Amino acid sequence: MKPWIAFFNILMKDMRSYYLKPPNISWGLIFPVAWTLMFFLRSPVAVEVRDLLPGVMALSILFGTTSMLAVTITFERKSRSFERLLLAPISLNLLMLAKTSGAIMFGIINAFVPVIFAAILTNLSGINWLMVLASVVLIAITSTFLGLFIAVSVTQVFEAQTFSNFFRFPMLFLCGLFIPLADLPSFIRPVSYALPLTYGADILKTAVSQNGVIAVPLNFLALLLFSGFLFAYSIYNVNRKWIL
Amino acid sequence: MIALLKIIEAENLKKQYNGFTAVDGVNFHIKRGEIFGFLGPNGAGKTTTINMLTGLAHITAGSVKLMGEDYTRNAIKAQALMGIVPDESNLYEELDGRENLCFCGALYGMDKKQREKRADELLEQFGLQEAASKPFKAYSKGMKRKLTIAAGLIHEPEILFLDEPTTGIDVAFARQIRSLITNLHKKGTTIFLTTHYIEEAERLCERIAFIVQGRIVREGTVVELMQETQGENIINFILGGDFSAVQTEFKNSFPDYNIISGKNNSVSIQSPASFSLLPLVKFFEERSLPVFEAKIVHPSLEEVFVNVTGIELQKLQNEQSTRTGPGQKGGI
Repeated sequence: MKPWIAFFNILMKDMRSYYLKPPNISWGLIFPVAWTLMFFLRSPVAVEVRDLLPGVMALSILFGTTSMLAVTITFERKSRSFERLLLAPISLNLLMLAKTSGAIMFGIINAFVPVIFAAILTNLSGINWLMVLASVVLIAITSTFLGLFIAVSVTQVFEAQTFSNFFRFPMLFLCGLFIPLADLPSFIRPVSYALPLTYGADILKTAVSQNGVIAVPLNFLALLLFSGFLFAYSIYNVNRKWIL
Repeated sequence: MIALLKIIEAENLKKQYNGFTAVDGVNFHIKRGEIFGFLGPNGAGKTTTINMLTGLAHITAGSVKLMGEDYTRNAIKAQALMGIVPDESNLYEELDGRENLCFCGALYGMDKKQREKRADELLEQFGLQEAASKPFKAYSKGMKRKLTIAAGLIHEPEILFLDEPTTGIDVAFARQIRSLITNLHKKGTTIFLTTHYIEEAERLCERIAFIVQGRIVREGTVVELMQETQGENIINFILGGDFSAVQTEFKNSFPDYNIISGKNNSVSIQSPASFSLLPLVKFFEERSLPVFEAKIVHPSLEEVFVNVTGIELQKLQNEQSTRTGPGQKGGI
């Protein structure tokens, strides 16, 4: 038995069946453009594209990964094709990693679409690209595992969408992208620190504009802990709910 | 040596969900190369048992062994040797027939060349070559079921689990599937078959276990099970009026006879070993129920099932009518 063959083929099938479909490619292009335009139009003062970049990148990953994974897994559960994967002679950890790898890659690609637009519009010199890449990968992993956590908590596709928003919208407003963490009311700040995107967005701010407020190692550690917890809890739930 | 002949051994297998006992300490074994039938009404615990045997459900108590090796707590190794065909076709709608088979082969670690070769063999064996590049969603129900069985065989498993393989498909496809099962058996594939069609089990299986309310109530070869009703006869009457009007009177007049079913002008009566038809005909004639037809038949496996399980035939027939596909007969 060669488990990597199963892993690779699950990943390839998901890429073909879900992530490389024209509607998803157009989502990846339209979403960052829409966010950038929204910032431009809403802001009373002139906005620097470079200042917008960390936020647009983080939100592109968050929305791309959670939407796709939560919906595709719930859909496969509903059609019972997911049972076929559960019956395959591979470990549950490897199976879930195979199912999430496509969404992680989709998230990473989504993150760099706004970078391409930004490169056309402004000078991107002085950015710590290694840190950008590391943070994008970690945000994609954490967001995907959040999508997995959502997928194993619901039974219907529409529930997956609704439940995703329950996590995504608080993150959108409380992760420090719209309002700096220091400007948030003190009673809300603990909520911000309980959200994984806060740490991801902060690394991106440090890497792009050197204006992050949390120590970079702490940000990475927080994202790793969130990823580990979300994955482990999802596996626990799959074992409890899907393998009856 | 005896242990090696047994592919699967289940000992005191038990499954509880939130205090409800779905399977209650079942014991059975499946011998290499045989078709083992698992028969029972809806909700008897057939699918739960399959799920436990294949690793899709945790086992509350008891143990399962595959070729002598216990896999109660970790089914991964055993899963590599199993082919599983669920009661509903669950392949990928967007993939075509060949891609579906190749993908399933990949799940079992088969390399590209190996799985492509095997997929082509199976498409030919199942008569699906022409539909090989059609998306699964364009397949008819019968074709879907065939491809799902083929997917269960892609990695040449030691044992094939077939869960209700002919439920909900038309007669022609059901016959083709039964013929495929027979051919697989001839080639030496061990098959665990769950069905609620008694005739299907009688025709295909070498050994059968009856499961009712999570318990195996009888197990044996078809011949062994049929011996239980030796000496009994079933008389089927077609009358010229409604039997229900005289049902109570009949019971009082013929206490040794057992009414199996009596609906409108058709009645099935189980007789004692020695009987005479004449008093029965006379009874009906005297009550203005002319006898149009009287046929004596030996009990079938269906009667054995009714006797053994105590389940009323009417109830079984109701269940059959809710699950049977067009043209299917003999469901429980």
